[in-house]
Amino acid sequence: MKSTPILVAAAAVAALVAGAAQAATLDDVKSKGVLSCGVSTGLPGFSAPDANKNWNGIDVDVCRAIAAAVLGDAGKVKFTPLTAKERFTALQSGEIDVLARNTTWTHTRDTSLGLNFTGVHYYDGQGFLVTKSLGVKSAKELDGAAVCIQAGTTTELNLADYFRFNKMQYKAVVFDTSEQTLAGFEANRCDVLTSDQSQLYALRTKIKNAANTVVLPEVISKEPLGPVVRQGDDQWFNIVKWTLNAMINAEELGVSSKNVDAKKSDKNPAVARLVVGTGDMGKKLGLDNDWAYRILKQVGNYSEIFERNVGSGSPLKISRGLNALWNQGGILYAPPIR
Amino acid sequence: MADQPTSGGGLQPSKPPPWNDPAVRSIVFQVLALVVLGWFFWTILNNTLANMERRGISTGFAFLDRAAGFGILMSLIPYDESNSYGRTFVVGLLNTVLVAFLGIILATVLGFVLGVARLSNNWVIAKLATVYVEVVRNIPLLLQIFFWYIAVLQALPGIRQSITVGDAFYLNNRGFFFPKPIFGDGFGLVWIALIVAVAAIVCLRKWARQRLDRTGQQFPVFYASIGLIVGLPLLAFLAVGAPLSFEFAELQRFRLAGGASVIPELMALLWALTMYTAAFIAEIVRAGILAVSHGQTEASRALGLKNSQTLQLVVIPQAMRVIIPPLTSQYLNLTKNSSLATAIGYPDLVAVFMGTTLNQTGQAVEIVAMTMAVYLTISLLISLVMNIYNRRMALVER
Repeated sequence: MKSTPILVAAAAVAALVAGAAQAATLDDVKSKGVLSCGVSTGLPGFSAPDANKNWNGIDVDVCRAIAAAVLGDAGKVKFTPLTAKERFTALQSGEIDVLARNTTWTHTRDTSLGLNFTGVHYYDGQGFLVTKSLGVKSAKELDGAAVCIQAGTTTELNLADYFRFNKMQYKAVVFDTSEQTLAGFEANRCDVLTSDQSQLYALRTKIKNAANTVVLPEVISKEPLGPVVRQGDDQWFNIVKWTLNAMINAEELGVSSKNVDAKKSDKNPAVARLVVGTGDMGKKLGLDNDWAYRILKQVGNYSEIFERNVGSGSPLKISRGLNALWNQGGILYAPPIR
Repeated sequence: MADQPTSGGGLQPSKPPPWNDPAVRSIVFQVLALVVLGWFFWTILNNTLANMERRGISTGFAFLDRAAGFGILMSLIPYDESNSYGRTFVVGLLNTVLVAFLGIILATVLGFVLGVARLSNNWVIAKLATVYVEVVRNIPLLLQIFFWYIAVLQALPGIRQSITVGDAFYLNNRGFFFPKPIFGDGFGLVWIALIVAVAAIVCLRKWARQRLDRTGQQFPVFYASIGLIVGLPLLAFLAVGAPLSFEFAELQRFRLAGGASVIPELMALLWALTMYTAAFIAEIVRAGILAVSHGQTEASRALGLKNSQTLQLVVIPQAMRVIIPPLTSQYLNLTKNSSLATAIGYPDLVAVFMGTTLNQTGQAVEIVAMTMAVYLTISLLISLVMNIYNRRMALVER
């Protein structure tokens, strides 16, 4: 079901007005028996339903990992597709428990929305997609262009900053969903489609005439994407944060869904803390000590979810780049589980 | 009870105790109801503020002064990224009012034509109008908006292949571009002449009406009015030396710079709203005309009035009494339906203010409240105007 922004906004207002006492999210999720996760309305590689209505993507796998840790079953997730405009209101109002919807961590969002960003699971940056026939080699040549863009995103603000700073004119044609934005671009309503680079590659897989399009080299912003939770529930904040950290640490320690059973008897104490939970690592989160084992067994480590959704195992073929581990040339660095 | 005997001491009814006095009771209950209602709203407001405070969500209207930092496709007032969120509200509001205003005028014209066409004696015209009404009003408006937007965009050529008339008018998938009039010194006199012409027409109509009542002679008010409204400003225009020039749109790499333009989003939205609402108005007009008894038509024919006069002087004035109240609802519907603009990227109030601004600031409660207040105000204003008009048209009993 796709709710309109008006409905979500109204729901948020209603929720704030009624002011039902907010139970701890963990207890809430456990009693519901299902994790409500806010995702995009369809962005290949991040969150998109396949032909059998199963959701796939790196954002989706983060939700599945949380469900595996909390509920013991990665399948117990209810996905709520949200437009960029609806997402924060849906989280604020309690309609969803966690938001994993290619959402950029910014100062304003962290401080004034009553939300907390739990970490970064994809380092992105904003880029431009143009048709080759336009003959443009650099974003600096885009003066006067009409730009298709999705409403309520950081990209909308970056675009304005970039063009103003470079003393260029532009016309922003703003759409609600990425599908509509792409449709506008394909109908030639605009010369340029701008979004996070990963999204541009993802959307390109949907374009009929993809060979005639090119992503310009400029990256004009930092877009750290991460899962978001409501402010004021530190336990839940910790669970989501450490679910992500567990997956990144597992990659670093060489633990994957394939060898996690064998690793149960590993001599390395760091692996033991992760896989069997020595030192009551799970209990400290309010979960049981098998939490990370279930994440790795049912969903996999960071490298696995990256490669199968956006990397070499997917049509997007995005290289790890910034998203490689810190000791492999990237900036992915998770605090230790200790 | 009215004729109770008031004389004869012993029979005078004693005053009931206060708890049995209907007057006292009704006041008490009304005060109670008001207190409960006031308490209800006060609790809601208090609860909301307390909850938002607890969840760390910013409140208040201070955000309206902060710089918006995003671009808007179309604005009737000067706007750029450095303007405030408050200004985005005004930009969105004006765009909503523009599309609603144009939509109401166009839908009324098209609706009246279709409504009369449905009653036409010409079989083809009547059936065509029927088919139009049945098709258009039975397809959801949102689908129609999408259809026209995509149809308009696909049908129009790219900017380099623009359809152009004498390099002055361009039509392409970025919109319709036309020369922008630049009013020179002294053009103010033309506006004054226009106002004078309108005032003169009002007086003329009044005078012609009185003359008709007095002598029975008709005066060609319509042609005289056209002469006035075109002639007077034209005379003034020539008198001050034709101070009007045009700025032409100029083809650049990506765009047509300068000139004035209508964006395709506005065209598609306006077109869809007009078509859709006109179908309903057509039915209202048809119902209104049919509500005038046939005897009225026969009587006017018997008096020797022409067909057009019958329609203009006898049928339409009476039909309007039936038409106006439901017509008001259609105007309100059109205004509220204009918020579907957000689906195709027309920057109306919902798309700009309740969309981007809400998302960038996160202040849902304030922004939703402001947006609701705007639609309520616009709707009440339309109702007010239409009610005044209705009162003037209603049957006045003497």
